[in-house]
Amino acid sequence: MPPGRTRAGDTLVCVIACAISCATRGLAGVPVTVEADIANGLPAFTIVGLTDRAIQEARERVKPAIRNAGFKFPQRRVTVNLAPAELPKEGTGSDLAIAIAVLRAEDPSLRLDGLAFLGELALDGSVRPVTGVLPMARCLAAAGITRLIVPVENAPEAALADGVEVLGATSLQACVEYLRGDGPLVAGVRDGSAPSLAPEPDLAAVRGQGQAKRALEIAAAGGHNILMSGPPGAGKTMLARTFPSLLPDLRSDAALEVPAIYSLRGTLRERPPTTLRPPFRAPHHSISRAGLVGGGTDLAQPGEISLAHMGVLFLDELCEFSRQHLEALRQPLEEHSVTVARARAAVTYPADFMLIGASNPCPCGHLGDAQGCTCEPRQLSAYGNKISGPIKDRIDLVVSVPRQEYRDIFDGTDEEPSAAVRDRVEAARQRRGEGAEHGNAALTGREILAAARATAPARRLLALSGERLHLSARGFFRILRVARTISDLAGDDRVGEDALAEALHYRIEMAG
Amino acid sequence: MTQPRWIDPASPEWPARLMHLESPPRGLWQLGTIVPTTPCVAIVGSRRATFAGVEIATSVARELGSAGIQVVSGMALGIDAAAHTGALDAGGSTIAVLGCGIDVCYPPRHAGLRARIVVSGSVISEEPAGTPPFKYHFPKRNRIIAALAQAVVVVEATERSGALSTARWAADLGREVLAVPGSIRSRQSSGTNLLIRDGVRPFLGIADLLEAVPELRSAAPEGVFDTLPGGPGAGLERFSPPLREILARMGTEPVHPDQVGSALGLSPSLVASRLGALELAGAVMSLPGGLVARTV
Repeated sequence: MPPGRTRAGDTLVCVIACAISCATRGLAGVPVTVEADIANGLPAFTIVGLTDRAIQEARERVKPAIRNAGFKFPQRRVTVNLAPAELPKEGTGSDLAIAIAVLRAEDPSLRLDGLAFLGELALDGSVRPVTGVLPMARCLAAAGITRLIVPVENAPEAALADGVEVLGATSLQACVEYLRGDGPLVAGVRDGSAPSLAPEPDLAAVRGQGQAKRALEIAAAGGHNILMSGPPGAGKTMLARTFPSLLPDLRSDAALEVPAIYSLRGTLRERPPTTLRPPFRAPHHSISRAGLVGGGTDLAQPGEISLAHMGVLFLDELCEFSRQHLEALRQPLEEHSVTVARARAAVTYPADFMLIGASNPCPCGHLGDAQGCTCEPRQLSAYGNKISGPIKDRIDLVVSVPRQEYRDIFDGTDEEPSAAVRDRVEAARQRRGEGAEHGNAALTGREILAAARATAPARRLLALSGERLHLSARGFFRILRVARTISDLAGDDRVGEDALAEALHYRIEMAG
Repeated sequence: MTQPRWIDPASPEWPARLMHLESPPRGLWQLGTIVPTTPCVAIVGSRRATFAGVEIATSVARELGSAGIQVVSGMALGIDAAAHTGALDAGGSTIAVLGCGIDVCYPPRHAGLRARIVVSGSVISEEPAGTPPFKYHFPKRNRIIAALAQAVVVVEATERSGALSTARWAADLGREVLAVPGSIRSRQSSGTNLLIRDGVRPFLGIADLLEAVPELRSAAPEGVFDTLPGGPGAGLERFSPPLREILARMGTEPVHPDQVGSALGLSPSLVASRLGALELAGAVMSLPGGLVARTV
C-alpha cells in the first residue's frame, strides 16, 4: 500500500492515507481502497465514490466514533474516496476503514501494510457486525491481504476464508492500539464445534403415505422437482420438511458457496456456516418477488431461491403464489442461477435448488377425498391452469397425498427411517457418477436418450405411452429421466419396463 | 361452420314429438342434420359428476349409439358431455339442445365436442342467435329434451339438479323416466335415489330401458342388443397375474394407490409400476385428486 504522503519540503498542506475495505457484487467481492485526503480549508467531511445513503451517513457515525474513542477528528477539509470510484457501493461495512484512513492521514505511525478492515462503527467507537463478511474475506484473501480486521462477532465467519489471518475488533480504540503495536486483537478461529442445526424431521415420523415417500425418494435420488397434491391436513408440509433428511451431505465446494450467500443476507445465525446439511427454505406465498428471487432497492440481495442453493425450496400452497412469482422461477430452474438486473448493476446469484411444491387438488381441497369436492367445474380448471403454465414444464414427479385414516395413523407398524432411504439415494447418485452434477433431472433430451439405455420392452412401452397418453416430446423425456432415476435406485444399468411403468404413474399429466 | 337453419312445425324435419308439449317452441334454430323419425333417448345428469357417473353415461350412450338410437342431451359439462361423447364414439348420432343462442358455444370448452355433434347429429336451440346462457333458459331447454326423447335416463343428479326438471317434464309428457341408483351416502346420487323412491324405474342396465320402451328394440337393427359387451370383469384374461391381482383389489369406486398397496402388501414402487402398466393398457384411469379407478 502506498503509505500516507507528506509533500516533501512543504509545510503540512496535503495528506493522503489509504485503508483497504471491500464491497460485494453478487457473491463476488471487490476490494475497495478507501483514500482519505486532509487539506487546509473550512472544516468539512465529504465521501465520494458512488456511495449509497448508508455510506453517506457514515460521516455522521465516523466523526463521533473517532471523537468518542479518544482521538481527534481533523478540523480541516477531509475528503474520502472509495476506489474504484465507478463501482456502486452500499452498506455500512466500510465505516471502520474510513475511520482508519482518516486517522492514518494524521498519524503516520499506524501500520496498515497487508491489512484490510470491515465493520460498522457505533457512535461510541465500538465496532458492530456487518453482512457479507465471508465472501468479502475470501475476496480480500485472494487479493493478497494477509491480515483482516473484522467485528469480533463476524470473526468466526471470516475465519472460514483460507489464507488470511482474521482479527476480531470490539472497538475503534482497540483497533488503533493494535495498529500502533500497543495491544493485541482477538484472533478469529473457525468454529470447530459441531454445528448446532436443529435436527431434521425424520421420514419415520410420517405414517403411511407409501406413494408419496417413494416419490420423494426418487426426487432426492435424481434431483427431480416434485409436486405433492392432496387435501388440507394430509401431511404434505410434514413430508416436505422430512425431505432434506433424504439428501446426502453437501459436497465440499458447495459447502463453501452456501454460507457465503447466508453471510450476504446476514442470516448465518439461522444456519451455522460449517454445517454440511443442504438448506431448506419454505417461504410463505405472501413473499414479495424480490424476496423470492432476489432484488432490493439498490444492489440486489439474494432471495429465497439463492438461500435454497444446493438444497430445497419448498413452496407450500403453490397455487396461492402469484403467477408472476412462479414465472420468475422459470429462469433459475433452467439455469441454476438467477440474474437480477437493476439500473445500477446486474448481479448473478447461484440458485441451484430442488423445488418441492404442495397444493390442494382444487380450491376447496377435497377433490378425490371422501368428503367430496364442492368446487364449480370452472373454478377447477382455472386452479389447475395456474400450475400448468410456467412451472409444469419443470416438475418431473407428481404424487397425491391422501388424508390418512385414523387406523392407519395408529396401526403401529414401523416406518422406514430417513437414514435408510438416504443410503439408497446416495448409492443411486454415485451410480450416475460425477458427470451428472445436477442429477438426472438436468439431463437434456439427447443425454437422457443415451443415458437411459432402455431395454426393448421398455422402448415398446414408451412408444405405446406416447400414443395412448398423448405425451409431448417434453413429457416423454421427463418420463425417461424419472425412469432413469428409478433404475439407478434399483441398481439397473438399463431402464426396464417396470421402471418406465412406475415413472408413467407419477407423470404430471395426472395433475389434471 | 354452416349457417344455422330455422325449422318450424311446417318443415319436413320438424320432430313431431315436440307437438306433445303444451307450449311447443314456435320453431328451432338448427345446425347439422335432424331425422325426425329416429328413435331418441335422453341421457341427462349433473355437471359435477363423479367418475363412475361419467363412465356410466358414456357406456350407455355408446350402446345406444351403436344400436342406431339417437342420444339427446344438453351439451353441459359432466354427464351431458359424456352422453354426447359416448354416442359419437360409437359412430351414432346425437342431438344437443342448447339453452343459449345457436351461435353461442356454452361452455366454451365444448367447442370441439360441438363441432363433432354438428357433423354426425344436430345442435338445436329455440333462443334467438346471440342469446347468452341465461340461467332461466335452461328449464325451458329441458322441456325440449324431454319432448324429443322417448325415454329419459337420469344418471346422476343432486336434489337440486336441472336433470330433475328434465325428468319432471318427461313424466308430464308421459315419457318413460329411468334413474341410475347410487349409494345412499353419495350426494351426487341423492336426486336419482329420490326419483326411484318416488316410483321411477331404476336403470340397472340397457335391458331396463328396452323393457320400459319396447319400441326401441324394434327400432334397432335385429339382434344388436344381444351382442353387447359383457359385464364387469370380462376380458381380464389378457392381463398377467400380477396385474389381475391389482385389478381384483379395485372395486367400482376409485381408490388411492396406497390403499391397493397396503391391501395386497406390495411396495409403493411395485404398485406404481403396475398401475402405470394397467393405465397404459387402458384398464385403469387416473383421476384428478390422485385416485385410480378401474375401467374394465
